Amino acid sequence: MSDTTTDLATTGHGDEPQFPLPAHHLRLTDTDPRAARRAERQVAAMFALSALLGIAFIVFYVTVPTENFVSLGPIGVVNSSNLLLGLCFGGAVLLIGTGAIHWAKKLMADEEVTDERHPVGSPQEDKDAALEAFQTGVAESGFAERKLVRRTLIGALALFPVPLIVLLKDMGPLPGTSLRETVWKKGDRIVVDVTKQPIRPEDLRVGTLVSASPEGLSELQEEQGTQNARAKASIILVRMRPEEIRSQQNDDWDYNGILAFSKICTHVGCPIALYQQRTHHLLCPCHQSTFDLADSGHVVFGPAARRMPQLPITVDDEGYLVAADGFQEPVGPSFWERGA
Amino acid sequence: MSVIVNEAGKAISRADERAPISSLLKANMRKIFPDHWSFMLGEIALYSFIILLLTGVYLTIWFKPSMTEVIYNGSYTPLVGIHMSEAYASTLDISFDVRGGLLLRQIHHWAALFFMAAMMVHMFRIFFTGAFRRPREFNWVIGGSMILIGLLEGFAGYSLPDDLLSGVGVRIVAGIVESIPIIGTYLMFFIFGGEFPGNDFIARLYTFHVLLVPGILLALIGLHLILIFYHKHTQYPGPGRTNNNVVGFPLFPVYVAKAGGFFFIVFGVTALMGALITINPIWAYGPYVPDQVTAGSQPDWYIGFLDGMLRAMPPWETVLFGQWTISWNVFVPAAVMPGILVGLLLAYPFLEAWITGDKREHHLLDRPRNNPTRTAIGVMVISFYGILVINGANDVIAITFNLSINQLIWFTRIGIFIIPPLAFIATRRFCLALQRRDRDLLLHGRESGQILRLPHGEFIEIHTPVSDEVRAVLLSKEDVTPIEAPPATDENGVATPGLRGKRWRAKLSQAYFGDNVAKPTAAELEEAAHHGHELHDHEVAELEAAGKHAPNTLTPGSH
Repeated sequence: MSDTTTDLATTGHGDEPQFPLPAHHLRLTDTDPRAARRAERQVAAMFALSALLGIAFIVFYVTVPTENFVSLGPIGVVNSSNLLLGLCFGGAVLLIGTGAIHWAKKLMADEEVTDERHPVGSPQEDKDAALEAFQTGVAESGFAERKLVRRTLIGALALFPVPLIVLLKDMGPLPGTSLRETVWKKGDRIVVDVTKQPIRPEDLRVGTLVSASPEGLSELQEEQGTQNARAKASIILVRMRPEEIRSQQNDDWDYNGILAFSKICTHVGCPIALYQQRTHHLLCPCHQSTFDLADSGHVVFGPAARRMPQLPITVDDEGYLVAADGFQEPVGPSFWERGA
Repeated sequence: MSVIVNEAGKAISRADERAPISSLLKANMRKIFPDHWSFMLGEIALYSFIILLLTGVYLTIWFKPSMTEVIYNGSYTPLVGIHMSEAYASTLDISFDVRGGLLLRQIHHWAALFFMAAMMVHMFRIFFTGAFRRPREFNWVIGGSMILIGLLEGFAGYSLPDDLLSGVGVRIVAGIVESIPIIGTYLMFFIFGGEFPGNDFIARLYTFHVLLVPGILLALIGLHLILIFYHKHTQYPGPGRTNNNVVGFPLFPVYVAKAGGFFFIVFGVTALMGALITINPIWAYGPYVPDQVTAGSQPDWYIGFLDGMLRAMPPWETVLFGQWTISWNVFVPAAVMPGILVGLLLAYPFLEAWITGDKREHHLLDRPRNNPTRTAIGVMVISFYGILVINGANDVIAITFNLSINQLIWFTRIGIFIIPPLAFIATRRFCLALQRRDRDLLLHGRESGQILRLPHGEFIEIHTPVSDEVRAVLLSKEDVTPIEAPPATDENGVATPGLRGKRWRAKLSQAYFGDNVAKPTAAELEEAAHHGHELHDHEVAELEAAGKHAPNTLTPGSH
């Protein structure tokens, strides 16, 4: 034990403890056979009750329908089948645990035992023998001398993961320009998201906010089998008095005070629809980025760094709101290739 | 010999002809484990994981990991006729049409919350008691990795049902991946099989959640436990306990009963919670639609600190040469900061060993006060984490307490730099004060509250010596001498190699241990006892002269 790196720390302690282990106290169950019998009966009662609850579980599984609910006061309304099955199963399992621990605490030997520790490392002769075995192996393989074999092996091993990585390429298509595009184009009718009805300017009162999307989005979704188009094309329409609009992203992108903005937050992409009429602020429910829709959708608070992209709108021949053009900048969160 | 022992003996000897069971049993059956409530925290984590595996296997029987759109026609009437993914529909079926299905889901979710909570509290127990020191550094790294992996696993699990709440969480993750410079966009397209949300994500996430990650966790848990067995468990200081022994109860039968019983208790409690308390009612959120969101959406608690960091970050973004966008506002809180925090966490045992120069084996646990700087770092981390968790729920807090959300975010933005250092300083002072108190207890004993009037009129308070149990604990303190910086050159004028590193180390060592309150030396203890006796004798004589019995005292408080 002269090598300090393998020594156990011994500060304050020799091999012998400075203070001896306190004397062992006998429990009531150690001295009084009646107490021990009582503890034994308690343990047995818990195990027996557990078994009964297991049987009750099966009974409730068969008899209680899944569609009934029961009120538990402050806890709330819970499904009655879930409640009964859970109470039986939980109780059955819990009682096995409490029974076992009661048994250990009351009836099993409770005298503390002392065991020696030994330094964690291998003894020196094992270390020597291991090193020797390794050296023998290296010598027998010729790994050290046969440079050509060694180097080609290293090369081959270094390259073999490459095909496995290449295989991952087809996990998805390359981004291309898809993050810059949405399905919006000039003349697309704007429909109310829920009802799919086209909107006339006079349908929108001052102060309202409507979630909307391009006409035919559901059909497109059906055709493509994904919600990808919806994830980018979703917009909100707000109407304010024209004199309340302090600025917008281009002078004539509104229609009589009706403004259209992307609904997808420029922070990390949550859809936004919390609108404060009085201030014209739009608040993201996820991370509280706040955009001023009366001022070009600029960020006024929170972690988002970019304004909400605005969609230019107008009305078509039949008087319905339509896109005057597509989005002029990418919607949604920033990405590396996005640029200014 | 009883029948049980006979039969078991026969079974073992039959098995032993095929594998060396007896040797294994001999080595481990009577292995000693020390007893302390705080050693059960890791057990809770382990048992929660077993519960997760068990209930998880049941859930795979009915869950369909597919984003294919179906029209719901199950027994939850409010959603009948609604378009949704198969994943969401099958989760509704588990909740409403499979008997006991909801119970399994709720046990699974509660166990996941317990798993993360138990791992984290267990980690802090290990940290504050210095149980990560040699030879257990590797087990600390394994444990820290499991917390990180558990966090990913938990997130994957609650994203699988494809409900509106979790779908928004996935959208946020997609946004975070997009923020990674250079490769982010590609990575996002590879993960989602194209644009968000695509059609592949749930199926891929499912394999990740039920195969890949649990496999890794299981392997790490196995390694963790093997090392615990091999190292033998650490123990708290006390009479009879040294760094070279382990005092406790044998594995068989006491710990088989206690630990085995505790598994059933953890399982029972999670099952009762699954029975009584509704968790993640996905039917109330509806299926995921990318243009909808629920207000007040909260992730599971263990993700909260990441969300809190995202919310607190100022809106910083840089565009390089008009072409490339770096989203500091997302990338830093969601990727860089977690990376740094995890890196520091895993590296801590090695950093501390470098600062202390202590390479010895430690099996006796530190009392947190005896390493004030470490304890202060731990409390600082807890306060840092706590502020972020609170900020992750700032919308709920703002509504509940009628506060301004903007003020709450500003509180976090500023407080995150002020509160943790204050917590550090305060904790360190507390620890040093407690060290002084310990020193006092050893030298002067405990104030008994008994006032004695001596015959010559003086009042003294009787101090009683602390018991041997207490002394054993107090004297377990190890005084670490800070490392001195070496001189710039040695006596021959040769420059010391690596001087700058060594000076840094000396400075850190000084900062760590410079204020240490030294434990009384043997001489000081002797002196205190003697001092007490001298006065005692003198007063005893006086008291006896007055015809009274002297009380059993150590040192009078006055003089």
